[in-house]
Amino acid sequence: MTSISRFFSSRWGPIITGIFVGVIAPVLVTLGNPGNMGICVVCFSRDIAGALGLHQASVVQYIRPEIIGFVLGALIAALIFREFKPRTGSAPLVRFLLGMFAVFGALVFLGCPWRAYLRLAGGDWNAIFGIIGLIVGIGIGIGFLRMGFSLGRSRPGPKALGWVMPAIMVVLLILLIVAPQFGRDASGNPVGPIFFSAKGPGSQHAPIIIALVIGLVIGFLAQRSRFCTVGAIRDTILLRDARLLYGVLALIVVAFITNFALGQFHPGFADQPVAHTDSLWNFAGMALAGLAFTLAGGCPGRQLFLSGEGDGDAAVFVSGMIVGAGIAHVYTIASSPSGVAAFGPITVIVGLVVCIVIGLTMREAKA
Amino acid sequence: MSDITTVDARGLSCPQPPMLALQAMKKLGKGEMEVLVDTVAARENVSRAAKGAGWDVTVEEQPGGYYRIALKK
Repeated sequence: MTSISRFFSSRWGPIITGIFVGVIAPVLVTLGNPGNMGICVVCFSRDIAGALGLHQASVVQYIRPEIIGFVLGALIAALIFREFKPRTGSAPLVRFLLGMFAVFGALVFLGCPWRAYLRLAGGDWNAIFGIIGLIVGIGIGIGFLRMGFSLGRSRPGPKALGWVMPAIMVVLLILLIVAPQFGRDASGNPVGPIFFSAKGPGSQHAPIIIALVIGLVIGFLAQRSRFCTVGAIRDTILLRDARLLYGVLALIVVAFITNFALGQFHPGFADQPVAHTDSLWNFAGMALAGLAFTLAGGCPGRQLFLSGEGDGDAAVFVSGMIVGAGIAHVYTIASSPSGVAAFGPITVIVGLVVCIVIGLTMREAKA
Repeated sequence: MSDITTVDARGLSCPQPPMLALQAMKKLGKGEMEVLVDTVAARENVSRAAKGAGWDVTVEEQPGGYYRIALKK
């Protein structure tokens, strides 16, 4: 057990995780997921929000088993390696807001950092502007960390607390399988409370069991290796520690090779799947997301893995992401392949202001 | 605990434990110090950062579910 732990905490842990994601994400696309969207934590949170009826964008509604697998896989790893540790109390309300604004930024770009790297590896050059924005946002967050920014300390919580997020994921899995249709529309057809897209990205998905198992494996590997698509850049700049960066580089290189082998590599700016070509807002959206993720301590995937190992504050961030994804589609903040939406740019600006105020004002309270 | 430098990083999110530990190591230059953390991820991150900066690292598990990382240079 210790030798496995040592292996995963070495440089090889993130690399193995990155290689696995790099192979499997393009394969998930072949098996049915939307283009360059083998894994996208934000897009999948948005689909879940839609499936639960939190927004009515009928093309992006589905309960993504990958997300369920991420949390439960991390839970299993944490239990086996005795790292399941319920804790909470580190500014949960601020984390909720950061989750919301991170999603607003990511949905203006159309992808979380995971998908930004996967879009790049699929030849979608619009992702370059998103990744530059992500690096800038992380850089701003690092500035606040150096100035003493902190969301304060978590405290050990009751055992039951750590089981809440895994339980929610099990309920989502049941809702995915049962898909209850209790509601009736005006003409008497069954509708809701669970909504699944009949067309569009929400209708494109790999078989449930395959997606769930892949999610479980990724959750397990990432819990052990601490894989984080934001920490990769943050630690390289702030701590001169490139351990996590190797994982992300492995992901990009292997995903590129896999896409190439599967005939899914289509280089260019125009007509990329679930993407638009507005470089300015691709950049700015991801700058907001990068800043919000950095202030919250990790990428959206990492927040799911942490919530699986009992971190109640990460679970609040995840809740903020799902609610934020609902709001993003109700209030036309999220972009579409035809371009940036009406309230996307102003929301990014408001989000940057809010995150900067958070960065400047949150300090650890002295006892 | 004695009068050596202590960085209490328990309950703090990434990347604060290794960041605060590195700041304290830089300030101290050499000698002995300790860092307290309460997750295995933070324990690994602080240990790796300290080893990278040339410090000897000894980890002790403490009652109450946290770790004391003793650093020496």
